[in-house]
Amino acid sequence: MATIELDRLVKRYGKIEAVKGIDLHIADGEFVVLVGPSGCGKSTTLRMIAGLEDITGGTLRIGGEIVNEREPKHRNIAMVFQNYAIYPHLTVHQNIGFGLYTSKLSQSEKDKRIREAADTLGLDAYLDRRPAALSGGQRQRVAIGRAMVRNPVAFLFDEPLSNLDAQLRAQMRIEIKRLQQRLATTTVYVTHDQVEAMTMADRIVVMRDGEILQTGTPTELYENPVDTFTARFIGSPSMNLVPGRRDASGVVLGEGDIMVGVRPHDLVVRADRHPGAVLSLDGTVTAVEPLGSETLVHLDTAGRAVIATAPGKSIPPTGSRLTASAEPGSLYLFDAGSGKSLGRL
Amino acid sequence: MSAATHTGEHRLNTSGIRPGRIVAWTILLLGGLVMVTPLAFMLSTSLKTAGQVYDLRLIPAAPTLANYVEVLSDGRFARWFLNSLGIATVVTVSNVFFDSLVGYTLAKFDFRGRYFVFLAILSTLMIPTEMLVIPWYLMSAQFGWIDSYWGIMFPGMMTAFGTFLMKQFFETIPDDFLEAARIDGLNEFQIWWRVAMPLVTPALSALAIFTFLGNWTAFFWPLIVTTSSELYTLPVGLSSFAVAESIQWEKIMTGVSLATIPTLVVFLLLQRYIVRGVMLAGLKG
Repeated sequence: MATIELDRLVKRYGKIEAVKGIDLHIADGEFVVLVGPSGCGKSTTLRMIAGLEDITGGTLRIGGEIVNEREPKHRNIAMVFQNYAIYPHLTVHQNIGFGLYTSKLSQSEKDKRIREAADTLGLDAYLDRRPAALSGGQRQRVAIGRAMVRNPVAFLFDEPLSNLDAQLRAQMRIEIKRLQQRLATTTVYVTHDQVEAMTMADRIVVMRDGEILQTGTPTELYENPVDTFTARFIGSPSMNLVPGRRDASGVVLGEGDIMVGVRPHDLVVRADRHPGAVLSLDGTVTAVEPLGSETLVHLDTAGRAVIATAPGKSIPPTGSRLTASAEPGSLYLFDAGSGKSLGRL
Repeated sequence: MSAATHTGEHRLNTSGIRPGRIVAWTILLLGGLVMVTPLAFMLSTSLKTAGQVYDLRLIPAAPTLANYVEVLSDGRFARWFLNSLGIATVVTVSNVFFDSLVGYTLAKFDFRGRYFVFLAILSTLMIPTEMLVIPWYLMSAQFGWIDSYWGIMFPGMMTAFGTFLMKQFFETIPDDFLEAARIDGLNEFQIWWRVAMPLVTPALSALAIFTFLGNWTAFFWPLIVTTSSELYTLPVGLSSFAVAESIQWEKIMTGVSLATIPTLVVFLLLQRYIVRGVMLAGLKG
């Protein structure tokens, strides 16, 4: 196990700067998720940590040692890829054992480690199978097993669940999280899925255009996003943002110099106006998404689309007029120009 | 419902033969006859005496194995056979090794001049062998390779076609496979040998088959570069049976019949790869 420190890390491809001097210190045993849209530099950052991309500038330390020029094999890290990267011509046993290909361990010790990893990942019954005979989830477990047997100082995951269906993805999220907690190995995990980031991370790093926008625990990012990008990126469904301005009583929606944000879960559909509400929106129902425990209600409020929530058993008809209101403390204010946070209301 | 369907299928299989299928079978049968007839006459002639060679009956009046006994007891035949076998094997192994090594490098490594190197290799495909024979001969003469095994083999030890074929296949391997191995500690040679090569087995098989058969039947260059009969390959050696005063067809056909044995062995061993390899390579056999 080890710390990973990125100091002013830069990656340039010709004139294009993919990673723009980022600073990030990852503690020993921490589970950090790099999240952001495609092209934000998260995978490039991970590949620089792995040693698969040359570092253009800055310093990378693993376990306190500068490893900028060190070959991937000399960094003692393990990586799990989006496409699993398990070899179709080898059995599960051979694939897991491939992680020990250059190891000086005795064959019996290698076998022991392979069986332990297979046992942990529930692959005991499949050791003699080839990847073609495995499901997507099992293949991903094989890839994780190959990473595990080496006892690396850090695990790197590059969108490992992207190729799985929704149900399996949810299951594997929990499995990876449990495994990481058990092994307490420093982990850097890249995803574009904010649900994965929220559910798995000790700390989330939000990236955009090669820069880190915000770093914090999932709750910190959810409760205190620094700008409109993070506010909309973290949380599902995305935060509603409507233009407005401040006045003595709170905020007034319409033309103005601020953006008012409210999460759909805080914007609740009611039969009538709620006297204590800090924000009330009247609108026409354009669509409903019943989710069982609650219903997402899409409203058209004077030409602006917002999403509110209603109780699970309440499914308002499309075209009906409704009022949705938010309690004090649930509004997020942002500068309309820069998008930076102006605090909560 | 299922019983009715079953009955319908049954009737179709027994009596509902479509006219299109009859035409297809007829064409295939004719094609097969065109291909098999020369081979049948080759085998038939090998079982005839010298006097019966121009008797064009397919089944010889008095079949004899005397030609086989004579050819096999002639030490020269065994020598030529082994020469061809050795040369075809060495050239095939060399092609599989070097073509895939260069193809892999061109497909998976980013270096300055990569495209130029690839174009240079590819451009040699556009020069006919007959034109290359002159520089090959001059080169052989310069280095003293005339009338030597190396002289026969060197032009084919690595080919542009094989390099191109392997490059195309290595490009289909996801980079993740190679990067995972790199992180696991393998060096670049190990990654090529242990990870990339097993993933292109169909292409390697196709390359091996084409190279072996091409060299087994090679005639023009071995004829030019060799002068001693001990170094003849089988096709060149067999052609020496056709001396000016008398062409010994029965012996030539016997030798050629024997020469098909290794190709049949190669086919039987690798037949599951042949069709796949030909399809993958986009080639006609």
